[in-house]
Amino acid sequence: MAGLGGGGTSSGRERRWRGLDRLESRNRPPRSLLVALVLASVTLITLDFHGGTDSPVEPARRALGEAFGPVEAATAAAVRPFTAVPTWFRTKGSLSDEIRDLEAENSDLRSQVASAGFEKNRLEEYDGLTQSAENLGQALVPARVVAYASSQTFSKTVTIDAGSSSGIGPDMTVVNNDGLVGRVLRVTRTTATVLLITDPESIVGGRVGSSMEIGFVHGTDDSPAGDELELRLVDDAVVPAKHDTVVTWGSSGGPYEAGVPVGRVTDVYSSLRETSQRAVIEPFVDFSALDVVGVMVPTGTTSDRAVIEADGALR
Amino acid sequence: MTRARLLVAIVAVAIALVLQVSLFPHVAWHGIVPNLCLLVVVGAALTLDAPSAMLLGFTAGVLLDLVPPADHVAGRWALALTVVAFLAARVRQDVKPTAAAVVATVAAASFVGTSIFALSGLFLGDGGSVPHLLEVIAVAVLWDVLLTPFVLPPLLKVFSSLDPRLATT
Repeated sequence: MAGLGGGGTSSGRERRWRGLDRLESRNRPPRSLLVALVLASVTLITLDFHGGTDSPVEPARRALGEAFGPVEAATAAAVRPFTAVPTWFRTKGSLSDEIRDLEAENSDLRSQVASAGFEKNRLEEYDGLTQSAENLGQALVPARVVAYASSQTFSKTVTIDAGSSSGIGPDMTVVNNDGLVGRVLRVTRTTATVLLITDPESIVGGRVGSSMEIGFVHGTDDSPAGDELELRLVDDAVVPAKHDTVVTWGSSGGPYEAGVPVGRVTDVYSSLRETSQRAVIEPFVDFSALDVVGVMVPTGTTSDRAVIEADGALR
Repeated sequence: MTRARLLVAIVAVAIALVLQVSLFPHVAWHGIVPNLCLLVVVGAALTLDAPSAMLLGFTAGVLLDLVPPADHVAGRWALALTVVAFLAARVRQDVKPTAAAVVATVAAASFVGTSIFALSGLFLGDGGSVPHLLEVIAVAVLWDVLLTPFVLPPLLKVFSSLDPRLATT
């Protein structure tokens, strides 16, 4: 076996030729194993594809989540101080630029608030009417994002560091201080997997703030960053106006709580062929910089961490 | 010895997986991160014997499919990384692979692996549009090639020190 290294001399050539036969038998990947493993993969795909939410793969997912969740949380905690480093190196010019932009945005928002009073009142009235019967109080369980699915997987999900021991369960609404983030798909004891609303498979019942029209907000995968949503209204005759705010519609038993801000209408396209209106929504949440999120749980939920109640109290 | 080698390889895959979901998203371009698990599988295929490498590829794929935040149909990365391990084990030369050969193998493996995953998504009806798909594949290959000089040499060293047949060379 000494000749396997392949010397550069002329005699090495001869040895290498002889060595090659043995190498062939040793190195050639066994086809039978390839077939077996490919079949195993295909079986796994079939099982999971047809199983849906109660697929036999789900317990394995959960077990691995239990094992990897704490490791991911620890890694994210270790990495966090370093991700802030780029923000230290900022020039005065960029800071003053940002101040100018923020001032412009501020005055823009002020004028919007001044004109949107009527719509806001109507929205509040409506919410009050439909939900006066039920308990509006929702508590928030704070959590941090510890892992992100890569774009190579073509799905937009994240892992947060709070799970069933914090009172979180599937289908709960996840928000941050800007608006709707997504919903909980599945939980382990210490972590939860969240489907972001920008995922192509995510559908959120949305309501246009000014007209109270309802529709469905889909994630898209066309834009490279993927941070764009699409709104299709149920009533084809209504055209959503630009800069309209879209909030969640909320249904009893459904995954999303009502009245959570989703985004703002930036463009409206009319498709003659499909005779429907398609509006592009810019989400309020910056999905490339997700960190602290809150999971909406029923008030009074027992949790192993501090819970923010509807009135702002910490429990 | 074989068991120890596989154990070390699986630990390497687990570390790669955690870094891939928790560290690299902070430097990702449009959410596309270097596929460290694929790099470990290629490293194993270039040094370990073919059956071990393929088993490792399958295991790494199953982990990528199941560890949160993954939410796609399980088995797709398992399929992709098994094929990657098979191909990488085939192109291995009888001599210690040169740097260029390693980079070329990684590029090919990354292209094949990401493509198989993306195509299986199209087949199951939860992939993206084709231009978006091609863009993701191109950036993923670029990332993997960029990280090769930092990841593969130490990996190859560790794996070949574990392989008694290659330890002498």
